[in-house]
Amino acid sequence: MNDMRIAERTVDTQSNKISARNVQVHYGTSHAIKDLNVDILDKTVTAFIGPSGCGKSTFLRCLNRMNDTIPVCRVSGEIKLEGEDIYDKRVDPVQLRAKVGMVFQKPNPFPKSIYDNVAYGPKIHGLTRSKAELDEIVETSLRKAAIWNEVKDRLNAPGTGLSGGQQQRLCIARAIATSPEVLLMDEPCSALDPIATAQVEELISELRSQFSVVIVTHSMQQAARVSQKTAFFHLGNLVEYGDTAQIFTNPKDPRTESYISGRIG
Amino acid sequence: MTDISAGGMATPISAKPKNSLMEQNPLVRRRNAAETRFKAYGIAAIAFSLLTLGVVLFTILSDGVSAFFQAKLNFPLELTAETLDPKGNRLREEMTSVTTIGYSKVLVAAFSKELAAKGILVEGQAQKEIDTIISKEAAGSLRAMVLANPELVGTTIDASVLATGRIDGYVKGRVTMETAERDANVTPEQLQLADKLREAGILTSPFNWAFITSPDASDQRPEAAGLGVAIIGSAYMMLLVLVFTVPVGVAASIYLEEFAPKNTWTDIVEVNISNLAAVPSIVFGILALALFINFAGLPNSSTIVGALALSLMTLPTIIIATRASIKAVPPSIRDAALGIGASKMQTVFHHVLPLAMPGILTGTILGLASALGETAPLLLIGMVAFVDNYPSAPVEGFLDPATALPVQVFGWAQRADPAFIERSSGAIIILLIFLVLMNVMAIMLRRRFERRW
Repeated sequence: MNDMRIAERTVDTQSNKISARNVQVHYGTSHAIKDLNVDILDKTVTAFIGPSGCGKSTFLRCLNRMNDTIPVCRVSGEIKLEGEDIYDKRVDPVQLRAKVGMVFQKPNPFPKSIYDNVAYGPKIHGLTRSKAELDEIVETSLRKAAIWNEVKDRLNAPGTGLSGGQQQRLCIARAIATSPEVLLMDEPCSALDPIATAQVEELISELRSQFSVVIVTHSMQQAARVSQKTAFFHLGNLVEYGDTAQIFTNPKDPRTESYISGRIG
Repeated sequence: MTDISAGGMATPISAKPKNSLMEQNPLVRRRNAAETRFKAYGIAAIAFSLLTLGVVLFTILSDGVSAFFQAKLNFPLELTAETLDPKGNRLREEMTSVTTIGYSKVLVAAFSKELAAKGILVEGQAQKEIDTIISKEAAGSLRAMVLANPELVGTTIDASVLATGRIDGYVKGRVTMETAERDANVTPEQLQLADKLREAGILTSPFNWAFITSPDASDQRPEAAGLGVAIIGSAYMMLLVLVFTVPVGVAASIYLEEFAPKNTWTDIVEVNISNLAAVPSIVFGILALALFINFAGLPNSSTIVGALALSLMTLPTIIIATRASIKAVPPSIRDAALGIGASKMQTVFHHVLPLAMPGILTGTILGLASALGETAPLLLIGMVAFVDNYPSAPVEGFLDPATALPVQVFGWAQRADPAFIERSSGAIIILLIFLVLMNVMAIMLRRRFERRW
């Protein structure tokens, strides 16, 4: 039983990628996130854990302004990406989302070919000048997402025809094709079987060398396996944030301890 | 901690279970009976609908198929130069001075000559009775043919001219000896002559292309009436309705569904679009009359006004169908596109619209199909008028007066001569063929564009 084995806690760099200060999120009248402060490090996997409805996905979606698509959602406070406030009036969310990629809970490839799925982002952001460059981006992205060998012979096959785990890795390839700096993952493995989950988790560990990865997960084992930093959310509050090992072995807050030991949630 | 009984230690089965699965308890029996009854009602409803459809189709087909065949008289026709071109120089300008009366004489002479040659001229039969077997339309179309090609004068052609509506009716069984006795337009002697003409092979009933191609005809000559103008008018209107409604409808739907803020104003707009879909079509006719004819000054009876009226009527249908199909696109696709930094518009045009396309196309075609069958608004803008001239080619043809298939059905059904009832049913058959074709197209486009995700 090594479910609870904890990833090596070598945090390569201590430079801040994202810093959030006094973030409040309201959905209409309900207060979804209350006064949240957090610093997310570069080249680190940060896991957000907590019971359902605690605001972890909401906060994740604040980081690339996906909440803008929800009319009743209001965000206040300050979220800075490399020192720049992403909620500044001058910031175009479209540009932000090219820098902060996102992978969703359910694999959602476009109903297009595998190639087009990956090539879409670079195309709309004008990252390439020629077909050859685009081909290269598609190949490197698929390689980084550890799916190249499975799909290299059928790049023109529909992306929706792949298995669930392959689809999710295709979505990751699509997200990293625009060379983002941060990769947000909203329960990326919750729709996958254990084998596909293991593949994606392995991939996340590899992606850490290039991106800052933020992952929302319901599985504490997963958080322990893949992350270096863990944040525990409860009822809209960030209860505790620290090194994964410390959170899982020596939590400071009693709520964290009860959640980890399975008493609340 | 498992509880598996080893082999040979099987638990003894009680002799008779309290609730046997082999017999239904009263509750289950009642539920099953209700289900069976419900299925029977459903089958009965479907059977009734099919029966009604069958009756409708049978009535229309049995009344209308005969419109596609027309009694014609075939005989050699000498286009005598003395009558048709008295000056003998084959100049079109001078030949126009010969009216249809002149051509009528030529026709009658040739017909009588043929009767004499075949030996079926009845002693004592009045010449007028023989002459009036030939349709009044025949001289006119012969004149048009000769004026179009003056070289024909002096030659003998194999003419195939229309018989009058009553003779046509006799061939089709609508007119009998008994009705002819009471009829001012036909005599029993003429019918006897028609019998002999049929035996001699002069009177035949070939497929009636003119029913599809030629324009409407006056009350006195049902045999010449055709759907040409109505088909062109309907086709022009469908084209214009497509051009007017699809861009407006799709743009409105995309805006309302994807971009519009959700507030009181958009709620009001939404409710009113749904209400517009339920407004009686004649109201749109009055609106078109006031707006496009009286205010904007567009010519009445023209296809453009008809198309505008039908567009007003079709727009809500298209908007509702388009919004429904845009709404049916899974939100995960929008998230995916927005998540990699596509703008709202790129998301809509690259991902949402292609996926909504089959629904939009189907909705549009079904909207067009209902517009094709719409009569009431067209009556109000004057398209029920008798139109004898083909509208010219687009674009200026859109301003020419025309009529439409359903209006033609309505117009013919109102006429006194029973020959028009047959043509009315024939027009319905044509209309139904168009509707079926459009529905088939809708299904095919749906299949073609449908993508699974």
